Amino acid sequence: MRVAPEGRGLRALVLAALAFGLIGPIAAGLWATARAGFGVMPVIGATEASLAPWSALFALPGLATSLKVTAFTGIVSTLLSLILALALTAALQPRLTGGRAARLLAPFLAIPHAALAIGLAFVLTPSGWIARLLAPILGLDRPPDIALVGDPWGIALILGLMLKEVPFLMLVSLAGLTQIPLAQHLAAGRSLGYGRAAVWLKLIVPQLWPLIRLPVMVVLAYALSTVEMGLILGPSNPPVLAVLLTRLFFAPDTALLLPASAGALLQGGLVAAAFALLWLTERALAMAGRFWLCRGGRGHGLDPILPLARGLGMIAAALGALAMLALLTWSFAWRWPWPAALPESWSLRAWTGAAPGLARALGLTLALALATTALSLALAVAWLEGEDRARSPRAPWAEALIYLPLLVPQIGFLYGLNVLFLRLGLSGGLAAVIWAQALFVFPYVMITLSDPWRALDPRLARAAASLGAGPWRRLFTVKLPVLIAPILTAAAIGVAVSVAQYLPTLFMGAGRIATLTTEAVTLSSGSDRRVTGAYATLQTALPLAAYAAAFLVPALLHRDRRALRGGGA
Amino acid sequence: MSLVLDALSVRVAGGAALFAPLSLTIGPGEVSTVMGPSGVGKSTLLDAIAGHLAPAFTLSGGVTLDGRDILALPAEARRVGLVFQDAVLFPHLSVGDNLAFGLAARVKGRAARRAAVEAALARAGLAGLHDRDPASLSGGQRARAALMRSLLAEPAALLLDEPFSKLDASLRDEIRAFTFAHIRARAIPALMVTHDPADAEAAGGPVIGLTPQ
Repeated sequence: MRVAPEGRGLRALVLAALAFGLIGPIAAGLWATARAGFGVMPVIGATEASLAPWSALFALPGLATSLKVTAFTGIVSTLLSLILALALTAALQPRLTGGRAARLLAPFLAIPHAALAIGLAFVLTPSGWIARLLAPILGLDRPPDIALVGDPWGIALILGLMLKEVPFLMLVSLAGLTQIPLAQHLAAGRSLGYGRAAVWLKLIVPQLWPLIRLPVMVVLAYALSTVEMGLILGPSNPPVLAVLLTRLFFAPDTALLLPASAGALLQGGLVAAAFALLWLTERALAMAGRFWLCRGGRGHGLDPILPLARGLGMIAAALGALAMLALLTWSFAWRWPWPAALPESWSLRAWTGAAPGLARALGLTLALALATTALSLALAVAWLEGEDRARSPRAPWAEALIYLPLLVPQIGFLYGLNVLFLRLGLSGGLAAVIWAQALFVFPYVMITLSDPWRALDPRLARAAASLGAGPWRRLFTVKLPVLIAPILTAAAIGVAVSVAQYLPTLFMGAGRIATLTTEAVTLSSGSDRRVTGAYATLQTALPLAAYAAAFLVPALLHRDRRALRGGGA
Repeated sequence: MSLVLDALSVRVAGGAALFAPLSLTIGPGEVSTVMGPSGVGKSTLLDAIAGHLAPAFTLSGGVTLDGRDILALPAEARRVGLVFQDAVLFPHLSVGDNLAFGLAARVKGRAARRAAVEAALARAGLAGLHDRDPASLSGGQRARAALMRSLLAEPAALLLDEPFSKLDASLRDEIRAFTFAHIRARAIPALMVTHDPADAEAAGGPVIGLTPQ
């Protein structure tokens, strides 16, 4: 007699949730965008298929420049982030183990993209902190007349993206390294006469690459299609493609929705082309690398890379900290003339003046974060428990499915989806925003929770079963309590991702749902740095508090349980 | 060509020494054996000599190889080869490329390097396996490939960390003979740590018992 695998119902439920909640809507959104890109959008009375949206798109002034700067910032920031992340990991690895790395990187991962961009702008602008500090040395009596933020090359944007992506890539690299017999390979390589940096480059990175390829693709897709960072740090005229498209989507003239949709398809094509380029580079490097490896050069000249990376890492960390400090300082500043390094007078007026708006936005942001995180966590636990009960490992297609929402540019399907929701009468509501955010929160929660879940000693559940506990009791009384630390870490990441969402809130909320993030981004283009600083500070404080709770709660709960006090991911 | 340990001892930072200070002179072609209970720090001793000690350890005493003090040198400059319990072939490279990776950079030109690797494969009874995935080799083949990779780097001394313990009993004699023959042929000093008295006997050199401090 064949024993049917357990947990069929659970897995069917998860599969249905994914099909109707994730794949279906993304496909429908892409389809609606594609139709609009070729002239069919019944909501605005466009029913004739044509190439007119494309000619309108390419007739836009500055489109070519916009495409060029998008490709440049996206590819260069990803490449530099990857190089710096790997070099930093190599330089710090002997001292960065397990919980320590997570604690060190957590604050950088928690900071929302928009808040970091605003803070960085406060530091970098001609009237910002760096110029103020240099003014007495260089003898400047007014802000220098150079574009340091919004520069035509997108250097400030590249810098901002790197500050967010380097910690993320370091975290996934460190996670990947646990699957490689690292210490042995380092010893083997060096006993053959290879320098430290050469061992990393020739032995460790080739083994690590397959484990971090998907996260690198996520970074590449994000860098090529970010709206909020492009808006705050990128060049303004013409801006990066995603910013240009967002402007078109929100233009008063609805006829512009058609070329905007064509542009969204172009954005998708740009990301696809970048993925193809990555794949080609990987193949070429694999071939060239073999000859390089077999030549036997010991690469001692490469070793200065490591202290260099450490120095750059320290500068980046200092810049990030300075950006956060700038937000806080501006929010409490009152009179702050140039070139004083600190405000002449302090005030709570930015906070008290904006208090009603701040409180409303905070409440809404918190509600969205809790709802999306709870939803994502429930689905992730159901998925992982379903895998356990079926006793089958995850199929590669399922792994790719988790990453799907992070690999397709948001702008490519979100507006199309919004149009569909409009037809169904669901647009502009809180439910639509919760669902749209969960689309991006779920992958991160799932990715964070998968490794610790699989690392759980299977004998615990078996022991419980042999004591007569059924599958649900095993889940709720054994697995979940033992896994509380990683579950809370995943929840903190969920909160951070939800708080950081800009485009899903903007599009699915039809501009009516004002969170800390949408408000901060809107304010950042205005002139009052004090109020902007207050919104961005609060926007950063929320995920930081979530991370702090994720570290503290298990430490308190398990203060008498040494085996469970690992301290997060 | 000799490896000299002078009152070498290792301690965990702030803690006691792992084992009593060790003094030892190993001549060319000689294989000395260090034995001792698990946890006494046999592998840590080899890590100390080869330069792979984790930051948490501190070390006292001296190690000279052919008259040079090697403790101040980074691992890659010590010219001390390491042979591991489970071979540690690099999984992303073919068998031949693993050996080519070890082959000294002094051998130049693609044809000359390929010939040197093929010759080493033949000597190890691995002829024709140049393009094989190391994961597809048998335990004995892996052990021979790993030893060849170490020797192609032209080490001035060789450290063996329980090199035969993962092999089937039937293979062990053959691989032991192969390993020790190559060490003698190269006339380099070798230090082996092991649990197995038969290893020590086959090595034929002096046997030192490592005792906890």
